[in-house]
Amino acid sequence: MDAPQTGEFAHIGKSVVIKGELSGSEDLYVDGNVEGNIELRNHSLTVGPNGNVKANVTAKAVVIQGKLDGTVNASDRVELRKSAVVTGDVTTQRIAIEEGAFLKGKVDIQKEAGKAAGLASS
Amino acid sequence: MEGGSRDRVHGSLDMASVSDNVMKFFRSSSNQTVGKAIPQKLTRRSSGIGEISRLLNSQEALCVLDMGATSANNIRFFTGKGHKNYSEDLLRSSLDPALRIQDSKGNTVVDSKKFLDENLVYANAQFDVVLCWNLPDYLEESLVKPTIDRLWSVMKPGGYLLTFFHTRDAGPDSICYRYHVTGSDMLEMQEVKFAPPGRPASDKQSPRLQRVFNNRHIENLFRDFASIKFFLARDAIREVLVVR
Repeated sequence: MDAPQTGEFAHIGKSVVIKGELSGSEDLYVDGNVEGNIELRNHSLTVGPNGNVKANVTAKAVVIQGKLDGTVNASDRVELRKSAVVTGDVTTQRIAIEEGAFLKGKVDIQKEAGKAAGLASS
Repeated sequence: MEGGSRDRVHGSLDMASVSDNVMKFFRSSSNQTVGKAIPQKLTRRSSGIGEISRLLNSQEALCVLDMGATSANNIRFFTGKGHKNYSEDLLRSSLDPALRIQDSKGNTVVDSKKFLDENLVYANAQFDVVLCWNLPDYLEESLVKPTIDRLWSVMKPGGYLLTFFHTRDAGPDSICYRYHVTGSDMLEMQEVKFAPPGRPASDKQSPRLQRVFNNRHIENLFRDFASIKFFLARDAIREVLVVR
């Protein structure tokens, strides 16, 4: 996945370091270093290939290409791309894991009322 | 341990550099690359997975620890039955160069204490099922017994542990596989390759078979467990199902 066009996402570049609480009401692309908590609720977080996130994440969708150390709570879906290195528990309705991705932690698939949980590999 | 693999393993311990020491865990030369080859996937029927499937089908909300490479298949299989899936690729974690330390004689060794401080950190009696796959055959020797001891602690009494051991017929170049559960007693096997530390991602190599356990060694390894059952197969693999 290429980096999204600026304007579609809030963009944290690879030279940026952020420590603290990060929240927002738009999609976020992190290719830098973030340490703390990330809360996006109804929006998505993408951790780019250079991204290094040490945070508990709450979002609608989480796509990880880089490194994430913390719990992930995604109300819709989680995607671990082939370069992803994730250490922490993942709670979501759907998860897709590419060949080569690394996950150390628990996966908890939560079923939405009236729907069956889905889980796909690429 | 049997045969020449012990000599090969111990003979390489005096290597000076950490990176060279790590390389003993890899089978192929540094010039060999994966390129764009399509990964080969084979299937095998597994009596051990068959027994575990019966347990999974008869109970709810079990805790399963999968110690192989992260597998979407396995996560789907276990969570689809309503169980909790934990993934921890211990072989990959064991190759972390930061675990290499110098002993009093200047040899590079693996810090097993640090390894267990950073891995398999769970509450006692947490897991109903542990899938070790072929981990003991490929893990650094100093880590094997401490790892099994830790597993004993984190498993519930009566819990199942499934592991595979190569037989004597397996040569040192036996392929290291990761296992995907594709059915109630069926596994898909896919060759495992890692890029050794300091090498580019394209320079992936297979882990090297570190040793071959005989039955007595296996029984000793699991002597603290309640029972042990062997399943023989046509390939050079013994499946071992251990009850905590």
